[in-house]
Amino acid sequence: MNRPVLAVFPHPDDESFGKAGALALHAQEGTPITLICATSGQMGRRMGNPFFANRETLPLIREKELKDACEAIGIHDLRMWRLLDKTLQFEDPEELADRIFQVILEIRPFRIYTYYPEHGVHPDHDALAEATIRAASRLPLNERPEIYGSAFSKNCMEVLGPPDIIIDVSSVLDKKMAAIRAHRSQSEVMTKKIDEELAANAARKDEILASQMKEQFWTYRWPEELVTRR
Amino acid sequence: MQPINKADVQEKLNQLVNQDVYIHLETTTGSYACLQGEKAVSVCAYIRNGKVNYQRGQITGSGPYRVGLKMQDGWVYAEGLTDFEVMDGEKLLLAGHDDQGQLGIALQISPEPFKNDSGRE
Repeated sequence: MNRPVLAVFPHPDDESFGKAGALALHAQEGTPITLICATSGQMGRRMGNPFFANRETLPLIREKELKDACEAIGIHDLRMWRLLDKTLQFEDPEELADRIFQVILEIRPFRIYTYYPEHGVHPDHDALAEATIRAASRLPLNERPEIYGSAFSKNCMEVLGPPDIIIDVSSVLDKKMAAIRAHRSQSEVMTKKIDEELAANAARKDEILASQMKEQFWTYRWPEELVTRR
Repeated sequence: MQPINKADVQEKLNQLVNQDVYIHLETTTGSYACLQGEKAVSVCAYIRNGKVNYQRGQITGSGPYRVGLKMQDGWVYAEGLTDFEVMDGEKLLLAGHDDQGQLGIALQISPEPFKNDSGRE
């Protein structure tokens, strides 16, 4: 059996936007995927378009959407922590790292998908990414899983350079779009636009969906590696 | 939720007066607002389960609406409210949504604390 991959994200839908394709490719190859989702996205601003959720019904709706997205991608091991949205940054980072480390020891992933620390834009993205790095760093350098970080801060290209990993996910585009659509409360704002464009220009489908066919990641550089290179 | 009916909201505000209640008060631009333009910033504030006791609660305006709660030592104020719901017969949920259904403000009042997670598997 293939060694598993681990995905560590704070909100339902983080695993889908910009990442569902890469994860679906793993599932297709028979690689087991474990997903840690740390919050229930309770404080999301999007409620569907037109809105069908409210602040109190949103968490349960988003948990259901997440389960459906996991189904579409092929994730069979979902760990929901249900911490409160936006508060990860205020938790003890060692405690967050402990929980992630337990999962790393349990499944021994060869790769972890998370955000790139300081380039995840949302404070929860950065806090959980840092805790993930902290957890993986407890292993000796040669035993650590590689980290595929997602970055979309304004200055990510400037600071990190271009992404070193670009994955063509066109072969699993249907699964990816199904995962994104499963997160209906969060994705309708975007999918409505896509659907309108597709309805108007069915022949230009590839062009309209072009941005969804590639996913990009930055391999995390461990401080120890950077030191030895210099 | 449905578009605010001023009389219904006022009635609920009156019912919750002069007792300890829990409020959820929130406003947000969304965490990605900072990506829009050079000097844009993301702004968000929320208080979940602040315990207050108000002597007067009033809804004003003709849509979007404002709500003010007058307390012994101060005020709670919310502006830009468009929709409401009475949940479980006792909780008053008020929110302001933009034309894409995105929440910009919420004021919720309940005799019991609001839950912090779905509490279910």
